Amino acid sequence: MTTVSAPEELSGHFDRTLERGRRIEPRDWMPDAYRATMIRQIAQHAHSEIIGMQPEGNWITRAPSLRRKAILIAKVQDEAGHGMYLYSAAETLGADRADLTGKLISGRQKYSSIFNYPTLSYADVGVIGWLVDGAAICNQVPLCRSSYGPYARAMVRICKEESFHQRQGYELLLTMMRGTAAQRAMVQDATNRFWWPSLMMFGPPDDQSPNTAQSMAWGIKRHTNDELRQRFVDMTVPQAEKLGVTLPDPGLSWNAERGRYDFGAVDWAEFTAVVKGNGPCNAQRIARRQSAHADGAWVREAASAHAAKAARRASVGAA
Amino acid sequence: MDESHGTGRAGPDGGAAPDAVRSGWPLYEVFLRGKRGLNHVHVGSLHAADAQMALHHARDLYTRRNEGVSIWVVASRDITASSPDEKDPFFAPSGDKVYRHPTFYEIPDDVPHM
Repeated sequence: MTTVSAPEELSGHFDRTLERGRRIEPRDWMPDAYRATMIRQIAQHAHSEIIGMQPEGNWITRAPSLRRKAILIAKVQDEAGHGMYLYSAAETLGADRADLTGKLISGRQKYSSIFNYPTLSYADVGVIGWLVDGAAICNQVPLCRSSYGPYARAMVRICKEESFHQRQGYELLLTMMRGTAAQRAMVQDATNRFWWPSLMMFGPPDDQSPNTAQSMAWGIKRHTNDELRQRFVDMTVPQAEKLGVTLPDPGLSWNAERGRYDFGAVDWAEFTAVVKGNGPCNAQRIARRQSAHADGAWVREAASAHAAKAARRASVGAA
Repeated sequence: MDESHGTGRAGPDGGAAPDAVRSGWPLYEVFLRGKRGLNHVHVGSLHAADAQMALHHARDLYTRRNEGVSIWVVASRDITASSPDEKDPFFAPSGDKVYRHPTFYEIPDDVPHM
């Protein structure tokens, strides 16, 4: 029954599938570079979700109320879940889970540099939900139409859950802004620290993003970094006004002609430094992930031993 | 490499690459029944030491917001899937049988309830 297709036929089928706006599925033929790019993007996204548990997880034991604690635990658990959906999608491309974990904890694969900034107060939990998850939503909603089926499906699930993340953050900030002057100052301080790193989440400017054209041709990416960054700014300014905080950019102003907000220059030197490992928390984040992996070794071994024993008993019982 | 991986890949999504065997925990595919009256639908995969653990992990991973009333897990290596290379001939038998569709038949408009 099996017929071996000629390479031109295979790549023609791939191209036509993309042209029709259809999804590429795991067992389809795909160019090696498409597979490699997709694995790298999904893995980096998965790693970001996993490392992203740390900045907020830092505050679980010090949540100001049981309500906030329950919400924060649910949120951090979601981040773990998002990481798992994404690792699962990467595995459909032939990536191996243990290998991906190894690459993360040995620093050979990256995660979003936003998580290399510290969380200094509980207001950071709110600002991360509002700005960081808000930026993530901007990035991720178009990825629900990614050309790679399993990634797009994971993104649909993730985006639904991110909406809770952003809303809980904004509600937390609204509550603090109705509180004392000290609480309002905490919100402003957290906003000051996270605003620029949030803008960096969209990646380098378009003229310094050499892979964008290929990624857009392959339907891996749907909008350029600068388009998404602008969209995020336009969405966020009115939210900041409603909240009563000032975004730390003197260059931020409404441009009636463009119908969009102008904003100041991002410090790309800082972005590069953080990506290269020199952010405030890079070493701490990786060390924490390594120790979690090492500390969990006995649990994995015990579970394997239990499974092996149960399987032996079942086969003895069946015999 | 696990012998059951005939092509080096198994599972409906081509997961369970041979290296997954090395990590010790096999890959399971997860199917959810969203609510009564619906079929189980494939939602993704996860690694677990055994099927019981896969069920528990599937509950934690895929039903945090009441997305399911029933879960199936099946080891990815136990799934037999059609492969894309044989796609055209494999599905060809249904390709030329338009007479299996109701629209194939011309019936006068004034025949009621048809």
